[in-house]
Amino acid sequence: MSAGPPLLRIEGLTKHFPVRLGAFGERRVTVRALDGLDFEIHEGETLSLVGESGCGKSTAGNTLLRLHSVTAGSILYKGLDLARLDEKALRPLRAELQVVFQDPYSTLNPRMTIGEEIAAPLLHHRKATRRTVRDEVARLLADVGLPTRFSSRYPHELSGGQRQRVVIARALACGPRFVVCDEAISALDVSIQAQIINLLQDLQEKYGLTYLFIAHDLAVVRHISTRVAVMYLGRFAELGPREAVFEAPLHPYTKALLSAVPEPDPVHERSRRRQILEGDVPSPMDPPPGCRFHTRCPVAQDVCRERVPQWREARPGHHVACHFAE
Amino acid sequence: MTAAAPAAAQKSAGDAAAAQAPILDVRDLVIEIATRNGPARIVDGASFHLDRGETLGVVGESGCGKSLTMLSLVGLLPNKIRVTGGNAVLEGRDLLSMSTRELRKVRGGDVGFVFQDPMTSLNPVMRIGDQLAEPLIHHRGMTKKEARARAGELMRLVGIPGGESRLDAYPHELSGGMRQRVMIAIGLACEPSVLIADEPTTALDVTIQAQIVDLVKSLRARLGMSVVWITHDLALIAGLVDRVIVLYAGTVVEDAPVDDLYARPGHPYTRGLLASIPRLTAGVAGARLASIGGTPPEPGRRPPGCPFAPRCPEKMAVCDTAPPRLAPLSPGHRHRVACYAAGTVTEAAE
Repeated sequence: MSAGPPLLRIEGLTKHFPVRLGAFGERRVTVRALDGLDFEIHEGETLSLVGESGCGKSTAGNTLLRLHSVTAGSILYKGLDLARLDEKALRPLRAELQVVFQDPYSTLNPRMTIGEEIAAPLLHHRKATRRTVRDEVARLLADVGLPTRFSSRYPHELSGGQRQRVVIARALACGPRFVVCDEAISALDVSIQAQIINLLQDLQEKYGLTYLFIAHDLAVVRHISTRVAVMYLGRFAELGPREAVFEAPLHPYTKALLSAVPEPDPVHERSRRRQILEGDVPSPMDPPPGCRFHTRCPVAQDVCRERVPQWREARPGHHVACHFAE
Repeated sequence: MTAAAPAAAQKSAGDAAAAQAPILDVRDLVIEIATRNGPARIVDGASFHLDRGETLGVVGESGCGKSLTMLSLVGLLPNKIRVTGGNAVLEGRDLLSMSTRELRKVRGGDVGFVFQDPMTSLNPVMRIGDQLAEPLIHHRGMTKKEARARAGELMRLVGIPGGESRLDAYPHELSGGMRQRVMIAIGLACEPSVLIADEPTTALDVTIQAQIVDLVKSLRARLGMSVVWITHDLALIAGLVDRVIVLYAGTVVEDAPVDDLYARPGHPYTRGLLASIPRLTAGVAGARLASIGGTPPEPGRRPPGCPFAPRCPEKMAVCDTAPPRLAPLSPGHRHRVACYAAGTVTEAAE
């Protein structure tokens, strides 16, 4: 897969959430959800974000789309800095920047028919008129493999996989260039998951879409990605082409993550040596100093506790933040 | 740690144990839900057994009845759902004809449960230590002091750092992985002969999942118990179980030793499931995934023949007439499949 020119260029993206703790909210703390992310998203690629829960991968997706405000840094898209635009200036761009969330039931209005649901963004962004909207909805339903008669149904009449197809149709309605898939297939059963993965790949080919694919299932990520970014506590640990990250991971965290993934092969599983990470992810309210992974890292040295490792290009196109990665 | 090793000898699970009578034997279990249009079958004649010291994987998609099957054994079915047929024998006693009082002794005593979501299964306003002590006081007649000492041992057994010093913690003070360890400790408190784990790692991250799987493996070896592991994840149980039963629409469609199931899946549904899982090391990344078209039938709308027939790529005319019976692939073989196309032994003597 050839990488196109950058569609989005992200520099120093930082997102901190102020929270109040204690019974009366008397203690103010900052959750450092994202800390200085630098990366590009190429036109037509699928960039996956992986990491354990709480590592900031969903926050990264939401912040890119400006569903959150930005604490610092910039998001360059078509020469504009999305981080600086106000809501009014952003609105026309929202048609091009779409999102598909994990739970299709909570993102569909239970009182709207599927047809109304898909028509809403079309009419709002003036991509269709009252006269043409029916045909447009039918076309979008066909794109996601649903028959036209579904447009008069309500979300509760559909299965989980069908609902996720509707959500994808709605995201496609305004002809987006960039779609964030935030755990879009995680809630689905295995056999349905495969259907939706295939659908996402077909649509990418048909419309030249660029995906930011946020997921925790590494086998799915290996299947679908062009490049993979591994996050840990609000920072990137590693970012590189799919083959490089899966076949020759540089960061000890990536190695540990890959080693934890079970394979559907009993003979292989019994003989396999696992490297099991001890403990849990530390709290993002009080991240460890130096390299944030040092508390669980099997190869940590003194320098890891003191200095933040630089984000560097260790191999062409393969970035890592570790003092000891070659 | 000498903490909780009971007298039970460590058994090499699987074949050695298979010679004895199974510890749990379920026959023709039927579970129905009351709907506006009358009762609908959720579980339709499921039969399976669990050998002593064996770890059994129960695999199926949402709504296939895998959790309800296990809950029904200990009388924990929700309202409107009840068992209307079959029997389930645990160590010589029929669970389905027991009184509420007898069942209460089974739950947490002979049969330990670990549920998917520890946050909703643990009492949020009760200290961990008290929740651990409860079954010990109730089932084993321990004093509060004895139970607390034992609770501390259990905390160390399941690898909670700090052990008994965390007994006074509340569930919200622990991480998800630690909470699931507490759930396992509660499930093991009375040294049950059968531990039923219902998707115990689904809510956890992959690194924590690996920790929990390792924990259950080592505990099983140490305590010599039989384990039922309910899951939708065929990859997860590959290295964990001795035998697998595959459920589809409330029936057992395949029952096989773990190596046979993955190497030679006999049912088209099992083959479809295995083919639709993306692999981490094998296979061509980026190629199209094989997927099973359609969705599982809802209870009450199941086809008269094989429940998988509407989605089956190998469907024949006979599949629409009557549901196929679970039968061995060759006489005396432990690999059994419910499929007309699988070439099973037709007159399977049961």
